[in-house]
Amino acid sequence: MTTTSDTYNYDPTQPADRRQTGGVTGWASRYVDERTGISYVVREFGRKIFPDHWSFMLGEVALYSFVVILLTGTFLTFFFQASMAEVTYDGSYGPLKGLEMSAAMQSTLHISFEVRGGLLIRQVHHWAALLFVASIMLHMLRIFFTGAFRKPREINWVIGYVLWILAMAEGFTGYSLPDDLLSGNGLRIIAGMVEGIPFIGSWLEWLVFGGEFPGTAIVGRLYTLHILLLPAAVLAFIAIHLVFVVTHKHTQYAGPGRTNENVIGVPVLPVFAAKAGGFFFVVFGLLMAMGAFFTINPIWVYGPYDPSPVSAGTQPDWYIGFADGALRLMPGWLGGPGGVPMEFTILNTTYSLNILIPIVVLGLFIVAVMIYPFLEAWVTGDRREHHIADRPRNMPTRTAIGAAGATFYVVLFAGASSDLVATHFKLSIESVITILQFSLLLAPIAAYFIAKRICLALQKKDRQIVLHGYESGRIVRLPGGEYIEVHEPVDEYERWKLVSFNDYEPLMIRPNAAGRIPATERVRASLSRWFFEDRIEPVTSTELEVAHHH
Amino acid sequence: MASNEPTDIVPADDHGTTFTDPGTAVERADAFQNPGLPPHQLRVTDKDPKAAKRAERVIVLLFYVSVIGSVFAMAAYFAFPIKPNDLGSVRLNNVFIGLGLAFALLAIGIAAIHWSKALMDDHEGIDIRHPVAGPPPVQARAVEIFRQADRESGFNRRVLIRNGMIAAIAALPFPAIFLFRDLAPAAGTPAEAYSHTLWKQGTRLTKDPTGDPILASDVTIGSVFHVIPDGLLKSDDMLEEKGKAAVLLMRLEPGDLHVSPDRKTWNYDGIVAYSKICTHVGCPVALYEQQTHHLLCPCHQSQFDITREAAVIFGPAVRPLPQLPITVDSEGYLVAQSDFHEPVGPSFWERRGDYNV
Ligand code: HEM
Ligand code: FES
Repeated sequence: MTTTSDTYNYDPTQPADRRQTGGVTGWASRYVDERTGISYVVREFGRKIFPDHWSFMLGEVALYSFVVILLTGTFLTFFFQASMAEVTYDGSYGPLKGLEMSAAMQSTLHISFEVRGGLLIRQVHHWAALLFVASIMLHMLRIFFTGAFRKPREINWVIGYVLWILAMAEGFTGYSLPDDLLSGNGLRIIAGMVEGIPFIGSWLEWLVFGGEFPGTAIVGRLYTLHILLLPAAVLAFIAIHLVFVVTHKHTQYAGPGRTNENVIGVPVLPVFAAKAGGFFFVVFGLLMAMGAFFTINPIWVYGPYDPSPVSAGTQPDWYIGFADGALRLMPGWLGGPGGVPMEFTILNTTYSLNILIPIVVLGLFIVAVMIYPFLEAWVTGDRREHHIADRPRNMPTRTAIGAAGATFYVVLFAGASSDLVATHFKLSIESVITILQFSLLLAPIAAYFIAKRICLALQKKDRQIVLHGYESGRIVRLPGGEYIEVHEPVDEYERWKLVSFNDYEPLMIRPNAAGRIPATERVRASLSRWFFEDRIEPVTSTELEVAHHH
Repeated sequence: MASNEPTDIVPADDHGTTFTDPGTAVERADAFQNPGLPPHQLRVTDKDPKAAKRAERVIVLLFYVSVIGSVFAMAAYFAFPIKPNDLGSVRLNNVFIGLGLAFALLAIGIAAIHWSKALMDDHEGIDIRHPVAGPPPVQARAVEIFRQADRESGFNRRVLIRNGMIAAIAALPFPAIFLFRDLAPAAGTPAEAYSHTLWKQGTRLTKDPTGDPILASDVTIGSVFHVIPDGLLKSDDMLEEKGKAAVLLMRLEPGDLHVSPDRKTWNYDGIVAYSKICTHVGCPVALYEQQTHHLLCPCHQSQFDITREAAVIFGPAVRPLPQLPITVDSEGYLVAQSDFHEPVGPSFWERRGDYNV
């Protein structure tokens, strides 16, 4: 952008005023530019092209819900008191009158019942939080299944992934702030989990809570995280994420005229700005309607935190569910009571595998998803830049891996609702959990094979369509008396979408210069075989010609 | 070099050599060629001025609907005030302010999108991508700058200085870790705190949350009491102590209880007291099934069998709920014989293995 060779007729002795061209717009632009040099930026980005597709809006939804969260959250900070000092409730909600509770809970009730519009803003904040995490996850699925994480976007995948984790942390800390019964139980579970970590667990809990659970410190500490550290981190990561989106330019789906070297779409000014800006208001408006019509987190129903009572069916916000599910599905005794205990003491120290295994499994899952782009790049050995998003079917093994991962997540998620599933389907809780335990191991494998078969079948169908056209549903009778269905040929634009995809061969290992085959190459070759053994090749022009001659 | 994605054709001026390696991707000479952009399609609003006029009217209308929504929201602020102790008024306030704002926001959004779709020029634009990496001279210059900085500073030559700097920077974060030490209380250890509760010899069992003492004779067969130690409600650390001392009290037919030899005196005539704090991660085990004498933890569904000293029969918990030894005092009220004989609640590293031997 800082080209020095630009020649322009700029004479500083001339007043830049409305007598120059461009009317008010021109005058205002010049006024700002002469004080900021912003014209470089406008020239570079003002007509930047954005491709259009509904699935590209998922990331936008995440961004807009974050803006809504910032606006509503700031409003809440003016009323919320992050204090666990004990007060006696004397607000306008009758059933809780006279009860001891923390100032945090009291101020949240105050926001809900005495501040006009307070409940609305609180509910919009919560709904926006749910939408924020949900849209991040759908966005991630889009990126994964279309291979938009390939070079040069691997690092941006990791950044987006960190945003997902930060979003869950934001959600959990926020959920815990009102210090109500439900969120207090959530914290109790976290405290108990932390306690079970080998060696440092009890001290870590002690540090986090400032002594024994629940203590009087945790809400204030979570508040600092919730409104200072985590939002700053989210903001910073969003900024880097978007800088990379601009640097890489957006991916686009395969289509006529679209190549790996261009981007086809609408310019930022005016169309994209109008669409995206409008979409922000739509998201905000829908969240506002949610806040107006649907109650969320009615803390007055739960009451203040007390370690003793608990309602049946305690449920964290949905995005924490998978972690809770992992805790639920881990058996305390392998093979039932009397089997192998998942907690034991050696030399007067306790090993809580029933806590540790879920933590480790979740950790591995999270790391595996995070590093997937690097793994796939290593397997394919493809070092080109990729800007054309894959159709999921054209990368069957990746899609199958994604389906397996998603299934794993979903089973854990279902685990967190095992009690609801049991009551809803009139099953015993034991059988639901046992089914889910087996599903956790088997369902991802099943999903893998099913997804892969579906992809291959769809690819075959695409080939059929390219070679023989669409089935038109029109049956004609030939002079010889036989009936055939008329096939409509696809036009060249439609065809291009079906034939322009990458396809890879399994890697053949060859000895290196020293005449040896390194172990890493062997691993790579077997992974490559696993990835690309079953493959359907795109139709070539030669094949089509041959087909036409038949 | 043709390929199935014509996009992989590297233009002559492309400076990349290292990042054009297709790996194991197959490149075919007879792959289809990109047919190029299809002809531009005109929209109704491009062809029919009436349709364009209609769209314009709708957009204008929507923007004014938004203004009305904003005004409505402000009016609702006063028209639906919150009256003390009236939940209905809260609901109306919530719904009508929200409705006004939702309309105000949605109308702007829909108007802007409609404007962009129906009226703004919709010709496709094309941007040309350039490889993300800088061109070779730039990249080479960047590498050279680092080399030059190295030469001029002697970073890799004056190894002692470099290592000293690394050591200094590496040591610096550690004081910060120490500074966080006082997030936890200065005195005591968690293991100590977890190992004691308010129960001691003679502490009366009282009802949660009233604090009324419990006569053994009031505990009928099949009944269950949520219990806290006498004096808890006046304790300074009420919630912390309750989180450890909460107990469930049940009476079973003495014949239904399987009592181990060292616990013969811990129940009083079939009345047993068990910690209410789950040995999994600490939720209150609040659900009692009378017929089966099973306790269920609602958090992760661990189940404990009261007839067999609260042994785990299902779920992620491993250890039984600790039992509180109880008896009655001279007035017939239930009292504790001692504190629990082991730490209650979740497991932790320093938890010993010899509490019950
Ligand atoms: C991604 C970011 C965020 C998420 C996911 C999030 C989520 C939440 C959630 C779920 C709650 C509980 C609301 C309830 O009571 O139902 C909450 C409370 C709260 N949040 Fe946030 N939040 C975020 C960012 C922020 C920011 C940036 C601020 C301030 C600038 C903020 C201020 C507050 C306050 C003051 C409360 C407590 C008041 C209350 O509970 O009603 N939040 N947050
Ligand atoms: S806390 Fe009771 S089962 Fe997890």
